[in-house]
Amino acid sequence: MSRNCVFTQVFVNLQKMKGTLNSTHLNSFRTLRISSVISNDINNEVPSNTSHQQYDMFYPGHISTSLFQKSLLAAGSGIACLLNPARDDMLCALGETTGPLALKYIHSKMMSDSVGRQILEEKPVINTTTINLEKLGSLPDGTFGKEYWTFLKTNGFSPDARRPVNFIDDAELMYVMLRYRQCHDLVHTLLGMPPNMLGEVAVKWFEAIQTRLPMCISAALFGPIRLGPKHRRKYFDIYLPWAIRSAYNSKFLMNVYFEKHWEQDITEFRQELNLEPAPVPLIKTGKNTKTK
Amino acid sequence: MAASFGKQSLFRLSRFSCRCKTSGFLNTKLFASPLVTSGCRHSSSSAHTNSNKQESEKHETHFGFQSVSEEEKENKVYEVFENVATKYDLMNDAMSAGVHRLWKDMFLERFSPTPGTKLLDVAGGTGDIAFRFLKYVGTPVGSTFSSSASVAQSSSDDSSSSDSEGTQVENKDSFSEPDINGSHVTVCDINQAMLDVGKAKAKSMGYSSGISWVKGNAEVLPLPDNTFDAYTIAFGIRNCTHVQKVIDEAYRVLKPGGRFMCLEFSEVKNPLLRSVYDSYSFQVIPVMGQVIAGDWKSYQYLVESIRQFPNQETFAAMIKSAGFRFVNYKNLTFGVAAIHSGFKI
Repeated sequence: MSRNCVFTQVFVNLQKMKGTLNSTHLNSFRTLRISSVISNDINNEVPSNTSHQQYDMFYPGHISTSLFQKSLLAAGSGIACLLNPARDDMLCALGETTGPLALKYIHSKMMSDSVGRQILEEKPVINTTTINLEKLGSLPDGTFGKEYWTFLKTNGFSPDARRPVNFIDDAELMYVMLRYRQCHDLVHTLLGMPPNMLGEVAVKWFEAIQTRLPMCISAALFGPIRLGPKHRRKYFDIYLPWAIRSAYNSKFLMNVYFEKHWEQDITEFRQELNLEPAPVPLIKTGKNTKTK
Repeated sequence: MAASFGKQSLFRLSRFSCRCKTSGFLNTKLFASPLVTSGCRHSSSSAHTNSNKQESEKHETHFGFQSVSEEEKENKVYEVFENVATKYDLMNDAMSAGVHRLWKDMFLERFSPTPGTKLLDVAGGTGDIAFRFLKYVGTPVGSTFSSSASVAQSSSDDSSSSDSEGTQVENKDSFSEPDINGSHVTVCDINQAMLDVGKAKAKSMGYSSGISWVKGNAEVLPLPDNTFDAYTIAFGIRNCTHVQKVIDEAYRVLKPGGRFMCLEFSEVKNPLLRSVYDSYSFQVIPVMGQVIAGDWKSYQYLVESIRQFPNQETFAAMIKSAGFRFVNYKNLTFGVAAIHSGFKI
């Protein structure tokens, strides 16, 4: 759309050039009026094209972007992520600008599964208004809901912290992206991985294989560079093979209606999904992570 | 949807010309926003408010390429600058590749204030112009005047009381004394977040005299008539809802003989350069905003608002219509920005 806008402006500029040439500068006031009339055209036409189409075109929060803007944003956000990994908004932007192909793949996989189709139809959203956290906390120990609650509690996370999608130019794929994002913490819980560097990398490998999102793939490949020596050894010996194996063997997690499994026992739930639990569980104790 | 009223206002008759248009998607928002506006804004519309429908036909103006009600614009502009205040300088450097510094230097060069000048810098929250001014007139850094004698405060009571309902003087704090030579700059900005950034900068630069900070609306300045030798507004007037009112206010607060100077984005006339400039603005700047400041929409607004602002000639005519004389302008970087100047005689 903004590309259209630029073209329109170039076109108007050409028109304007023609206009000023025709008037041959005989009367400066005349040219001034011509130019102001033409610039009014810009204001009258271009805005009506852009103002309504720039934002919220396919869904609330949507910002429509040209291919050029997407590539620039992808490059920029990639660099910003490297410089400051805490910029989660940049990680999101990177995921969205590089994601559409993978999202189409996920969408097709979801469409070919009955539960996936149901999710796409009902479009459930995970945040504090749709999920009763207190209720999850009151569930018996060992249930999936309680484990998720413990995960959020010990790390100080909130399901509301997941950012909305802005740069996907399709409402359906936007939901897939959002669902992926909102399920990320649930995948952590299921895999039993804490959100430290090692746990995050293992989850990213798992997600990269299942979703094929380029953002996950690059995080899985480049994330381990930041691991310390001890963790790196554990990563290569234990967690990387396990993450790859379980990602291939387990059910496609985007096709799981997590909200319907809160009360299920987590080991039973894992078995049902054919998800191999971590060979050596990672336990987070304060700042340090220990293995049992 | 028609947008700009500035472009059409070559003559004074359109001073208070505002859009009275209904647009479906806006009307819903109109009732939600509380009216925190200056009194004069609705004087013309109050005459014909009977039915609900007419009431919803509030004056519309442009916010970038969107049409919004006038109250909404003020709030939206406030939000924009609240969001970007801390990243403002970094973003300016990134977007203009540092050229905005040169523009501001040239602005000061053209202004060439003498020591002893009493300057009002409007919309100058982060102090870019104010600090350049102090440097130019040679205000010593680090001089401490501990006495809290308020110079401007004593005089600000008389004439500004007339429009006190509309003004937003919330913290008229730290009216510091003029420096040794009598130079003084009053920085006025409607946005507290921007003023905070400026104050912090002043502190780190060591200025304690010659500068004071006022929170106020450029359309209804909380300052008395005939007070200042010069009035500057750099990259600020574009964001005001009523540009003509701002110029009129400048005329009011200036002493006879005082100078009005404005640095603002303007129109690139060369069609080729213009298309390059437009592509850069629309394709690159919002992305930069997202990456550097985490804010796409504020920078989309920025590039749109530049296109909505009157061009050099129209703006000069507006300045003339406020009563200024010897009005002229100088283009910077092919007209990407322009310096307008006028005198109150």
